[in-house]
Amino acid sequence: MTEMTNSSARPGRHLDVPRVAKDLVVTALIATAIFGSTIAFRTVSAAGGLGLTTRFDVAFYVIAAVVVGRLLLWIFFWSKPAGEPAVEIPAGIKSGFAHVAARLGKIFGPAMLIIALVFPFLPFTDRYLLDLSILILTYVMLGWGLNIVVGLAGLLDLGYVAFYAIGAYSYALLAQYFGFSFWMCLPLAGILAAFWGIILGFPVLRLRGDYLAIVTLAFGEIIRVVLLNWYKFTGGPDGLSGIPRPSFFGIPFNRGEDGFAEIFGLEYSSIHRIVFMYFLILALALITNFVTNRLRRLPIGRAWEALREDEIACRSLGLNTTSVKLTAFATGGMFAGFAGSFFATRQGFISPESFTFIESALILAIVVLGGMGSQVGVVIASIVMIGGFEVFREAEQYRMLIFGLAMVVIMIWRPRGLISTRIPSIFLKEKKAVSADMVSQGEGH
Amino acid sequence: MAHLIDDPILTVEHLNMRFGGLLAVDDLSFSAGRRDITALIGPNGAGKTTVFNCITGFYKPTEGRITAHHEGGEKYLLERMDDFKIPKVAKVARTFQNIRLFGGMTVLENLMVGQHNTLMIASNFTFGGIFGLSGYKRAEKEALELAEYWMEQTGLTYRADDAASDLPYGEQRKLEIARAMCTKPKLLCLDEPAAGLNPRESEELNKLLLFIRKERDTGILLIEHDMNVVMGISDHIIVLDYGKKIADGTPEEIRNDPSVIAAYLGVADEEVEEVEHEIEEGASS
Ligand SMILES: Nc1ncnc2c1ncn2[C@@H]1O[C@H](COP(=O)(O)OP(=O)(O)O)[C@@H](O)[C@H]1O
Ligand SMILES: [Mg+2]
Repeated sequence: MTEMTNSSARPGRHLDVPRVAKDLVVTALIATAIFGSTIAFRTVSAAGGLGLTTRFDVAFYVIAAVVVGRLLLWIFFWSKPAGEPAVEIPAGIKSGFAHVAARLGKIFGPAMLIIALVFPFLPFTDRYLLDLSILILTYVMLGWGLNIVVGLAGLLDLGYVAFYAIGAYSYALLAQYFGFSFWMCLPLAGILAAFWGIILGFPVLRLRGDYLAIVTLAFGEIIRVVLLNWYKFTGGPDGLSGIPRPSFFGIPFNRGEDGFAEIFGLEYSSIHRIVFMYFLILALALITNFVTNRLRRLPIGRAWEALREDEIACRSLGLNTTSVKLTAFATGGMFAGFAGSFFATRQGFISPESFTFIESALILAIVVLGGMGSQVGVVIASIVMIGGFEVFREAEQYRMLIFGLAMVVIMIWRPRGLISTRIPSIFLKEKKAVSADMVSQGEGH
Repeated sequence: MAHLIDDPILTVEHLNMRFGGLLAVDDLSFSAGRRDITALIGPNGAGKTTVFNCITGFYKPTEGRITAHHEGGEKYLLERMDDFKIPKVAKVARTFQNIRLFGGMTVLENLMVGQHNTLMIASNFTFGGIFGLSGYKRAEKEALELAEYWMEQTGLTYRADDAASDLPYGEQRKLEIARAMCTKPKLLCLDEPAAGLNPRESEELNKLLLFIRKERDTGILLIEHDMNVVMGISDHIIVLDYGKKIADGTPEEIRNDPSVIAAYLGVADEEVEEVEHEIEEGASS
C-alpha cells in the first residue's frame, strides 16, 4: 500500500471527464452569450437606414475556438492532481532561463550600448526609425528614473508623469519668459522637478501601501489639472508652442552661414538635428543609468534598498527614513525633469494632453515588466512596449488587446518581470545574484 | 530591593506605558550597568518588549524618564529623541523579537547598511561619493573591515555574499546582532536572541554576548526566556510581571526570590508566603 502511494507520488495526467464536460458546456454558453451578440450580428448602412447582416459562421468559429482552447488547457495544464499549481513552468526551463539570462546579462549591456552608439549611422536607419528610437530612449530614461523610486526604494509612485510635465513646462516657460537656452534650462528643469519631488514626498511620508499609491496618483492629476486651468500662465489646453530647439552647444541647426552644416562643412540636411537629438537623449539616459548605478553602491542607494526591505529595521540602525524617502522622490523626479525638458525641446509644442495618467501607467508598466530594480530589464521592456506599439500600429483596433494579452502572459510567466534577480551592490568574494522571491517589493505592491 | 549600579549606561525612572485601558508598563525603574549584561525577564505579556520599544523610541512612553549616560558624562533623554537618533546619537542599538533583516540584501550589505551614518558623512552626503573622492573610498574600506570583523565573530564570513533570507534561523539571529554591532553601540538591546535556537547555537550565543561585553565595552540589555542563557551570563536580572518590577538583583538573588518563582508558577500573591515556605522546606530537607 505504502509502496503504491510512493510510486504514485507524481501520477500521470488524469482527466475528470464529467467535470470537464460540464465546464466546456458552461464555456460554450458564455462564449455564445458574448460572441453571439457581438459577432453574429452586424449593423450595416443599408438604403433608408440601418440594416442587419448575420455572420453565424464567423461566430461559430470563434465559439468553437474558445471551447477547443479550453479543452486543450484542460488536457495539458489542468489535468494534474489537486494540490499542484494549475499552470506550472517546468523547473528545468525556469533555472535554464535564469542561467541564460545571467550569461546574457553580462554582454547584453555593452552590446546594447554599442548598437545604440552606431545606430544613427547604420545604412537602414531612416528618419522614422530615428524618431522611434528617440521615443524609446525617452521611455528608457523615464523607466530608469522611476526605477529609483519604485524598484530601489520600493515606493509605488503612480504619478511619475507629474515630474515629466514639470520638466517640460519648466523648460517651455523659462524659455518663453526669460529666453533661457536649452542648456541653461535643462539643469533648472531637473532641479525644479526634484524640488517638487520633495514637496510630494512630505505628505506621503507616513503613508503606506495602497494609500501611498493613491496619493501619488492624485498628485499626478493635480499637476495636470493645474496646467490645464492656469490659462494665463501655461496656456491651458492650448499648450505652449514655439519652444526653442536645442543648439549644438550654441550652434543652431539651420541653413544659414552660422548653421551647424556650414560650420562643419556638411551639406545641410534636416536629419542632423534628429541625429543630435538622438545622441542628446542617449547621453541623458546614460547619465541617468550611470548615476543610478553609482548611487546604488553609495550609502544612500543601500539605504533606499534597505527601506524597501524593512523600514523599521532601518530606523533601528539610525537611518533617517524621512530623508531616505525624500531623496528617492527627489532623485527620481529630477531625471523625469531632465526627460521632460528634452521632450519639450524635441516636440516644440507641449500641452497637458501629453501628461495623462496613462503615461504614468506606461512608465510603471515598463519598470514592472522589466523587473523592478533591473536596469537592463527597463531597456528590454521599453523596446518591447514602445516598439511593439509601433509594430502593431497597423492593427490599430487590436493594439490594446494585444498589449493587454502580452501583459497577462508575461505576468503569468514571469510575475517579477523579465529580469528579476537582484545584483548585490558590494561583495566579499563572489557576486551572486539574489533570487527574486527573496527581494521585497516595498510599499504598495 | 533595587540593585545598586554605580556606573549606569542606562537609567529608567518611573516608566509608564499605557495602551488604552491597559497599563503595559507600570512605574518601572531600573538601571543597567555600563559593562554589564542586564537581563529583563518575566512571563509572556509582562511588558518586556514594550520597555524595549520605549527605550529605543518606537513608542513614546506615557510617563517617565529614560536616560543614556555616555562615559564622557553626556546624557541623552531617550524618551524625547526621534527613534532613528537613538542609535545614531545616543548609541543604543537593538534587535527584534521577530527578526528584521533586509532579506533581499546580502549579509555584507546588511552590515554596510548598519554603518550608514558613518558612510553618509564620509561620502559628503553622496556628493563626494558620486565623484569617487578618496575620502569616501577609505571610509568604505574601513566599513568593509568592520563588517568582516563582525562576520568573523559571528561565523558568517562564509555566507557574506548570500541573501539574508537565505540563512537558517540561527544565523539570521547572529546577523541581526552583528548588524546592530556595526552601529558601534554603547548599549545593545536584544529581544529574545535565543528564541528558536538549538542548544549548540544557544551556547555560541552566550559566548558571543560575553565577547561583546568584554572586548567591545558594550553594555547589553537582554530579554530572554532561556534560563540557561539568563542565569549563565547575566550580571544583573530584573523581573517583570504585569508591567511591574517584582524583583531586581544578581542571578543568585533572583533564583531564590519567592515572588519570582510565584510569578513563573502562576501563583496568586496571597499564596506567595505559602510557596516561600514550601521552598524553604524543600531547601532544608
Ligand atoms: N502597540 C500595542 N498596542 C496595544 N497593546 C500593546 C501594544 N504593544 C504591546 N501591547 C500589550 O502590552 C502587553 C505587554 O506586551 P509585550 O511588551 O509584548 O510583552 P512581552 O514582550 O513581555 O511578552 C501585552 O498585553 C500586549 O498585548
Ligand atoms: Mg516580547
